[in-house]
Amino acid sequence: MSARETVIEVRGLVNRFGTQTVHENLDLDVYRGEIIGIVGGSGTGKSVLLRTIIGLVRPVAGEVRVFGQDLLSLSDERRSQVERRFGVLFQSGALFSSLTVAENIALPLVEHAGLPRADAQRLAGVKLALAGLPVDSGRKYPSQLSGGMIKRAALARALALDPEILFLDEPTAGLDPISAAAFDSLLVTLRNALGLTVFLVTHDLDTLYSTCDRVAVLSQRRVLAAAPIDEVAKTDDAWVQAYFNGPRGRAATAAAHAARE
Amino acid sequence: MTTGSAPGTATLTRDPGGPRLALAGDWTLPHYEALQRRANELAGAVDAATVVDTTGLGAMDTSGAFVVAELLGSARTQSLAQDESLPPARRALLKTVGDAIDTYCKGIKRPRDAGFVVMLERIGRAMEGFWKQTLKLLAFIGITLQGFFTNALRPNRWRVTSLTSHIEQTGLDAVPILALLSFMVGCVVAFLGSTALAAYGASLFTVDLVGIAFLREFGVLLTSILLAGRTASAFTAQIGSMKAREEIDAIRTLGLDPIELLVLPRVLALLIALPLLTFIAMISGIVGGGVVCLLALNISPSMFLTMFQTDIPITHFYVGIAKAPPFAFMIAVIGCMEGFKVSGSAQSVGEHTTSAVVQSIFVVILLDATAALFYMEMGW
Repeated sequence: MSARETVIEVRGLVNRFGTQTVHENLDLDVYRGEIIGIVGGSGTGKSVLLRTIIGLVRPVAGEVRVFGQDLLSLSDERRSQVERRFGVLFQSGALFSSLTVAENIALPLVEHAGLPRADAQRLAGVKLALAGLPVDSGRKYPSQLSGGMIKRAALARALALDPEILFLDEPTAGLDPISAAAFDSLLVTLRNALGLTVFLVTHDLDTLYSTCDRVAVLSQRRVLAAAPIDEVAKTDDAWVQAYFNGPRGRAATAAAHAARE
Repeated sequence: MTTGSAPGTATLTRDPGGPRLALAGDWTLPHYEALQRRANELAGAVDAATVVDTTGLGAMDTSGAFVVAELLGSARTQSLAQDESLPPARRALLKTVGDAIDTYCKGIKRPRDAGFVVMLERIGRAMEGFWKQTLKLLAFIGITLQGFFTNALRPNRWRVTSLTSHIEQTGLDAVPILALLSFMVGCVVAFLGSTALAAYGASLFTVDLVGIAFLREFGVLLTSILLAGRTASAFTAQIGSMKAREEIDAIRTLGLDPIELLVLPRVLALLIALPLLTFIAMISGIVGGGVVCLLALNISPSMFLTMFQTDIPITHFYVGIAKAPPFAFMIAVIGCMEGFKVSGSAQSVGEHTTSAVVQSIFVVILLDATAALFYMEMGW
């Protein structure tokens, strides 16, 4: 596993808000082509870690290297070029409410790839289809979509520029189990087809078991463990034990093992 | 994706063994336009017998795969996706994009240009919208009146706290801005009057002009327009954000009536506040006129008041203030109704707030014009 190419390298990360320290000397590696799940209790800084990596939060100390480049020290222009290789799905979708779904997806295509509007809209239709939405949903406004459709539309926008790394913040939160399961399998399909690296912040045990190659546990301001899920579940830590071997954890484990057999 | 890649090419050759389509270079988003153009040129020439050669193919992303899938058609794309000579990742990409197109993309077309028919369609829609809007407004007025009469005789259901708080917000808080505004408009009217009437040597009648204008029209109209902008929008935003957060639904499920709880106090508050504010606007406007008369025309305040008393019958005041309650009612009802029409998003709150202001100003001016005609016919 150590031979694999590292796309995200976090070293000695410190994040502090006022007197509250969220991360202290946090290290994390993400390898190309894997789906890594980030778990942790509320307030352990899962979303902050994601936002630090994509450059929305400036850490107090430490370095974040993506594709081998330190994002914090790059000029704005170079940084924007690197950021085009990211796709980000925010927790509540963050679709622009004044634009239709198709226009939302076409926006980066028009702005960054310089496509004419008509072509961008056609490609937006394909991205919608890839995310599992019917093409006529592109004419709707985000307020006219259901929660599951918003997540899919936001995923389509995240995929607009064919990113190499996809960041997902709680993609299945607020979805019914059927939509959540469909989203999980969509994620795996897309990863296999497009060769994506996926950075997944989630609370959903089923998602962890069905999609993730590795799981990183955030606890005590650092990454407590980062390994395949079965190994992580054996970690000797009260929180990890409560998380993976509590009633919900056992149910998800059983379901995952049943699915594998 | 990366810069400096070789743009993708598609070459169609007529081999003895049949037509042969060679794909080479990078089929990626930066080259999308060129690839799409090339695909359009080849569109008719590629048929089921064409052999696809992908040996020279460089990078490919979803947009490139889309162009290939469109060029080859569904069946050929799927068979290409089964081709063992391609790397597995490439096959998976072609298959996923091909599947996506087959399942969902039936009938992706370039959008039609807007033309004459589209314009007619829009006019039709706008007219239909206007008609529906009017019906909704009438219906909402009906519901509000019904709510008012069912609660009027039950003092224990009166929302006194809410009522007084709304009177404060819509009435008292608006006094400074309204007084200043009316004062300045009073000055302007007096200046205009004095310059225009001076030509006839009748600049003394500026007093009558200011008095009649403010008592009959400007007092109530200025107040109503100010409150349409200030209060109707506030009502829409308050009720609209409650609607967006499902608070209105919560009120209903608790067995309460949102009309009684939210609309009636607001409508009643404005019915009380607007006539009082109108009176303040009349006084400030006349004072503004008086100041200009004193400074520009040397008409002393006592002379101003004497002329005012003798020349202007009290009818003008009654005629003006009588318009305040209907205006207040319409402004409040439109503000509340637009709040109830909000759906879900913050965007919608903004849209309906704008709509509330536009509608209430429109209705106020419409009613005012109708009233002017009516008073003229009645000789008031």
